[in-house]
Amino acid sequence: MELTELSMLELGKKLGSGELSSVEAVRTSLDRVDRLDGRVKAFLRVDREGALAQAEAADRRRKEGRRAGPLDGVPVGLKDLFLTEGLPATAGSRILESFVAPYDATVVKLLRAAGTPILGKLNMDEFAMGSSTENSAFFPTRNPWNLETSPGGSSGGSAAAVAARMVFGALGTDTGGSIRQPAALTGTVGLKPTYGRVSRFGVVAFASSLDQVGPMTRTVADCAALLQTIAVHDPRDSTSAPVKAPDYLSELEAGVKGLKLGLPREYFELPGMNAEVRTAVEGATRALETLGAQLVPVSLPHTRYALATYYLVAPAEASSNLARYDGVRYGLRASGAPNLLAMYGRTRDQGFGLEVKRRIMLGTYALSAGYYDAYYLKAQKVRTLIKKDFEEAFRTVDAVLSPTSPTAAFRIGEKVSDPLAMYLNDVFTLPCNLAGLPGLSVPCGFTAAGLPIGLQILGRAWDEARVLRIARAFEREHDFHRRAPPLGRS
Amino acid sequence: MSLTLEEVRHVAGLARLSLSAEEEALMRTQLSAILDAVAELARVDTSKVEPTSHAAGEVAPWRSDEVQPSFSAERSLGNAPARVGTSFAVPRIIE
Repeated sequence: MELTELSMLELGKKLGSGELSSVEAVRTSLDRVDRLDGRVKAFLRVDREGALAQAEAADRRRKEGRRAGPLDGVPVGLKDLFLTEGLPATAGSRILESFVAPYDATVVKLLRAAGTPILGKLNMDEFAMGSSTENSAFFPTRNPWNLETSPGGSSGGSAAAVAARMVFGALGTDTGGSIRQPAALTGTVGLKPTYGRVSRFGVVAFASSLDQVGPMTRTVADCAALLQTIAVHDPRDSTSAPVKAPDYLSELEAGVKGLKLGLPREYFELPGMNAEVRTAVEGATRALETLGAQLVPVSLPHTRYALATYYLVAPAEASSNLARYDGVRYGLRASGAPNLLAMYGRTRDQGFGLEVKRRIMLGTYALSAGYYDAYYLKAQKVRTLIKKDFEEAFRTVDAVLSPTSPTAAFRIGEKVSDPLAMYLNDVFTLPCNLAGLPGLSVPCGFTAAGLPIGLQILGRAWDEARVLRIARAFEREHDFHRRAPPLGRS
Repeated sequence: MSLTLEEVRHVAGLARLSLSAEEEALMRTQLSAILDAVAELARVDTSKVEPTSHAAGEVAPWRSDEVQPSFSAERSLGNAPARVGTSFAVPRIIE
């Protein structure tokens, strides 16, 4: 087997035994980036020297019998909104193009402690606003399965780099589906943990009541191992919950026998679900039934209002979070402004792209005097109802199954000029963020055109272990995760 | 619902965005369409529902007020677009 085909844990094992070195792994990955990324365009920045130095340190630790853990020496990539000392953190925006992070995000510190060399920073929709990476201020990323299509977004660079075997795993963030939707579209595994599970200190903020950091990998076991590394309470993030994470690997192989899995009627009735996606997901639910799970119809009656709720709550929070980009302390500053107010306005007009401006405008409007009650407060109340729908469903079922995305990968340029059409990509993923629950996408099939399809598994709050276990039970019986994009063989 | 250009300009002012005339026109059309789409929330009866501002529902935790090391002025100013000594420089505020 080629080195780049190994999973994170498989590579980790070979690094531990000395069969391979971390320097070899990093060099092989960098070669692959050199060969493929001109076409995929997943990376905004490759940190060769940094990654090689970290690999040498990992190899030294092994020789001295001080291995940091099962992922020590395994190369990873980071969505370009994780602050990584000395490297840029653009968040896909012109306004942060020249910004160099003065410190490490908590999750980056945790990765360093686990020994994973960081190969570089990965492309994304500007400030994580988008579902295709076409909103990156720099260039769109392409889907390794078909270069004419999008890898999804906003963590599209992370998903594409993992799928194309340029990195062994990556971190993304998910505010309304930004980990799970690109995972589905690239045939990879992506998990949005429970709100509060992972620290967001040092992560560029989009919508603070929804944002969560999570792993993007090729296998479910890798996803569990990477989650284990980052699911640590952080006093520097007041939303980071003071709960100890369980051992995510210990029950991974426990199967689904006796588990009750809910099929939400409303999800399967939403318009726009592609027939091939429906067939693959229904096949996956039957496969889980064959493995001993019980399928139970459930109702999440407020599902149809989730999109509208999300597109008020998230922009409102974004308009507030992005007020900090004012050209004073860091980032772009427009030159030649006669006074401070003009400097703010011009800096923000030059620095932000169209989608970001649209959301800032929408959010500012929804929070403005006279409209707050009708829009923002109303959305917060409907959010309560959406949350209660899940609480009700989880009284009878252990997890909820649905498609991750209504379609497989779409063509670059197809939806970018119509914001409402683009927002529909998130219709299955964003209720989970509104409710703060864990959600995972696992590959469950391919379209006739050879594009991956994802199954979404939603769990109770703090129940990532069971979500991972269900995903693993399905993965074990299939080979979707072992298939590599055609690009990889060239 | 259709936004007027004046409303678009008012909101852009609140958001500190100097939009071009072209952007103002585009925002007017697109924001109007989005507001139409989200108007369906009005149909949901929320008269007896409390708002959810945070998914976790946890209260903000307390911590002890201890002195911690912080960045040097030099490090804090590392990304400054303009500086004077150990300060961030901005265009004149007071004439």
